[in-house]
Amino acid sequence: MILAELGPTPYLALGAILFAAGAVGLLIRRNPLVMFMCVELMLNAVNLTFVTLARELDDVGGQVAVFFVLVVAAAEVVVGLGIIVAIFRRRQGATADDISLLKG
Amino acid sequence: MLAEVQQLATPNVEYSALLPVLVLLGGAVLLMVIGALLPRHSKVPWHSAFAIVTALASIGTSIPLWFRVRDDGPISAVANAVKVDGLSIFLGIVIAGGVILSSLLASGYLKRERLEGPEPYILLLLSASGGLMMAGANDLLVLFLGLEILSIAVYVLAGIHVRRARSGEAALKYFVLGAFSSAFFLYGIALVYGATGSTNLSEISTFLAANVLTNDVMLVAGLAFLLVGLGFKVAAVPFHAWTPDVYDGSPSPVVAYMASGVKTAGFAGLIRVFVYAFSAYRVDWQPLVYLVAVATLLVGAVVAVSQTNVKRMLAYSSINHAGFILIGIQSGTIRGTQAALFYLATYSFTVAGSFGVATIVGRTGDNAHQLDDYKGLAKRAPLLAFAFLVFLLAQAGVPFTSGFIAKFYVIGAAVGAHSYWLALVAMLSSVISAYVYLRIVLAMYTDDAAEGTPRLKVPAGARVAIGLSVLATIGLGLLPGPLTDAAKTAVHATDAPGAASAPAPPATAQP
Repeated sequence: MILAELGPTPYLALGAILFAAGAVGLLIRRNPLVMFMCVELMLNAVNLTFVTLARELDDVGGQVAVFFVLVVAAAEVVVGLGIIVAIFRRRQGATADDISLLKG
Repeated sequence: MLAEVQQLATPNVEYSALLPVLVLLGGAVLLMVIGALLPRHSKVPWHSAFAIVTALASIGTSIPLWFRVRDDGPISAVANAVKVDGLSIFLGIVIAGGVILSSLLASGYLKRERLEGPEPYILLLLSASGGLMMAGANDLLVLFLGLEILSIAVYVLAGIHVRRARSGEAALKYFVLGAFSSAFFLYGIALVYGATGSTNLSEISTFLAANVLTNDVMLVAGLAFLLVGLGFKVAAVPFHAWTPDVYDGSPSPVVAYMASGVKTAGFAGLIRVFVYAFSAYRVDWQPLVYLVAVATLLVGAVVAVSQTNVKRMLAYSSINHAGFILIGIQSGTIRGTQAALFYLATYSFTVAGSFGVATIVGRTGDNAHQLDDYKGLAKRAPLLAFAFLVFLLAQAGVPFTSGFIAKFYVIGAAVGAHSYWLALVAMLSSVISAYVYLRIVLAMYTDDAAEGTPRLKVPAGARVAIGLSVLATIGLGLLPGPLTDAAKTAVHATDAPGAASAPAPPATAQP
């Protein structure tokens, strides 16, 4: 198994890169839907990290954590999309720049 | 390779110890079912009454537990993933108190804005159940689940005023930044799990007490991420950017809950993770929390000065208060934790009352929150102005109010932990923010209202909520003894920081 011989480092590094990509994307992209996708990317990067560590530690706890994260991510998306629909029902197009009543 | 699948033993759940959470959850589900069957509009505000009774029942079930824990020590439930101890019961009661005050405020608000329905109360109860879960979490995953249950319900609550564009905008901002911070929190859990091999806080603290890590980069990075995630929830600088916008846009009774219940739950998580589980790594996290506390104190106080919107001023002042509570946590001592608990309990009343006043002055549409809208309030509504005066003085830390004693305790804890500069910054920030509160007081008492300002109607529920908050603010300022004793008992009925429950094996290096 070549993958097993690699050890955990590449997987952890990939997780960190994906997490960073999601975090940066969330901050610079203006489309709320893309921002959601970035949050999902961050959560899945964490899942990858959990699974890698679970294998490394020989412990199922990390794999169980992934299921919890999946459920929470699904619940979060439902609420987030609901909020977006509620806001953009009365507007055309979806960009976060239009949402700028609140500032100070 | 993974270990062979073992026969899973069903953990001992200890339902009786979890009753305060279960009551809230059950109440929320019941309200959802009954609310769907009965008409939305009714003359009797039974939705809010139901929520209040549920929160009171949760407090009622906490009281026997409180005495049980005080006499027999902490209870572990659900395979040690949940701890029922002084800390969780004390903060659980504070969160339930936040639900009661917000429900009282919400009933009049929702009627005025024509938004009647059971949904806000269902969400409040669900959110509070998440908060209680956080307060009692003894496993990072349970803490995460509690955090999400708490937050997701509040995202919706922020946008509950469907016809008001600002409300939806607040909901979206809160949601995006909340999800962002949850992801950081989760990454922190993953790193801590990788470094210690467990997500259970007792096991982590036992592991750290028994082992010295040769390479602790992963653990310290994980701790920093956990601080980011919880820092967002309690609105600590530099993770505070959402606070003024969300407090400004969300319906005022919801803000009352955000500033009391949500903040309390966030601090419960901080205390559990940092003060208790990671007390062995105090040297690493204390400087971080120190910096965050200084920034939080100063930014909260200084930026509030430049605001003209009272809700935004109160938002920045709530950031400043988060800094004070962080001081108690930074000290990492029993005294500091007691001070933080006392602060959370008294501040919940004060801030819920303040946003209660903002709810009423905001008038239909919830938009009249400029400083000008508070002009002449003393003549238009003397009692309301007096109540707001009491809350503002308490937040400024004037003697004979609960705010003074709360600030006194945290600064005492900082001095006790030799953080003299932190104590000095705290007092300085207190002076700066006193100017902000004074501006509002002057607007209320010396200026005259603009011509044709409509009369303010104070609904019965809001009267009760504001009255209770005034009583608590003055009462706890004059007689802080019972609450101080309760905070002391709460900390004593919790395992001491770093106390390893299992006998420590000989020290070995990181596997």
